[in-house]
Amino acid sequence: MKLSVQVNEGPYQHQASDSAYHFTKAALEKGHEVFRVFFYHDGVLNGTRLTTPPQDDRHVVNRWVELAEKYDLDMVLCVAAAQRRGLVDEGEAERNGKDATNIAPQFRISGLGQLVEAAIQSDRLVVFGD
Amino acid sequence: MSDIKKFMYLNRRAPYGTIYAWESLEVVLIGAAFDQEVSLIFADDGVFQLVKGSDTSESDMKNFMPTYRTLGDYGVRHMYVDRASLAARGLSEDDLIEVAWEDYETEEEVDNIVEIVDTDQAAKLMAESEVVFSF
Repeated sequence: MKLSVQVNEGPYQHQASDSAYHFTKAALEKGHEVFRVFFYHDGVLNGTRLTTPPQDDRHVVNRWVELAEKYDLDMVLCVAAAQRRGLVDEGEAERNGKDATNIAPQFRISGLGQLVEAAIQSDRLVVFGD
Repeated sequence: MSDIKKFMYLNRRAPYGTIYAWESLEVVLIGAAFDQEVSLIFADDGVFQLVKGSDTSESDMKNFMPTYRTLGDYGVRHMYVDRASLAARGLSEDDLIEVAWEDYETEEEVDNIVEIVDTDQAAKLMAESEVVFSF
């Protein structure tokens, strides 16, 4: 089955990103196709490489990055949500005159159209949120 | 991408207090470009999103309520409201905005696409949808 996943909450504060990660990983391991993982609302905070959890805890951001590296997963942060919450890649830094970037590897910033397209292209859109 | 799907946006949060309502509306507005068959449903505190006469002038929040009235222009054909959620909050149909819709090609007009539905009907509408966005 072709799936897309929407993540609506940030890491650690809420279970949504953990559940979405485990679901996505399990789906991929079962041989399903994951067309896209789209991060919205505070979910965009899953895409900052500056995250530093205590060493004895899971690393929510790196876990997503490693999954994307292994399966060539398309992980998109909503640009409007990212701008509000200070998630910046090189393009956004240049466009908005910011002095730094913080996006983690494997993530990219793009528009809400990517979410709508994912919903159209996939057999199921699975939403993880509050 | 010529295939048309039934999209349902489920709105369960009050308009202010969290950003879910506004960012849900942003998906609806952007999604209009994809020409899908779009319905919205309002349940739980989400029914407050359609209460008329809201005033945010003293809360330093952008009042996005006028945007709901324009949704007909963004391809939204139905805005369903859960009857039990309204009743539980002491609200009735008279408290809600009206949203008109006009098809500029066929000149078909609908005075108000806001419609109160029972919970079992709401469940059926969701079950019939191919995509349910939950906010």
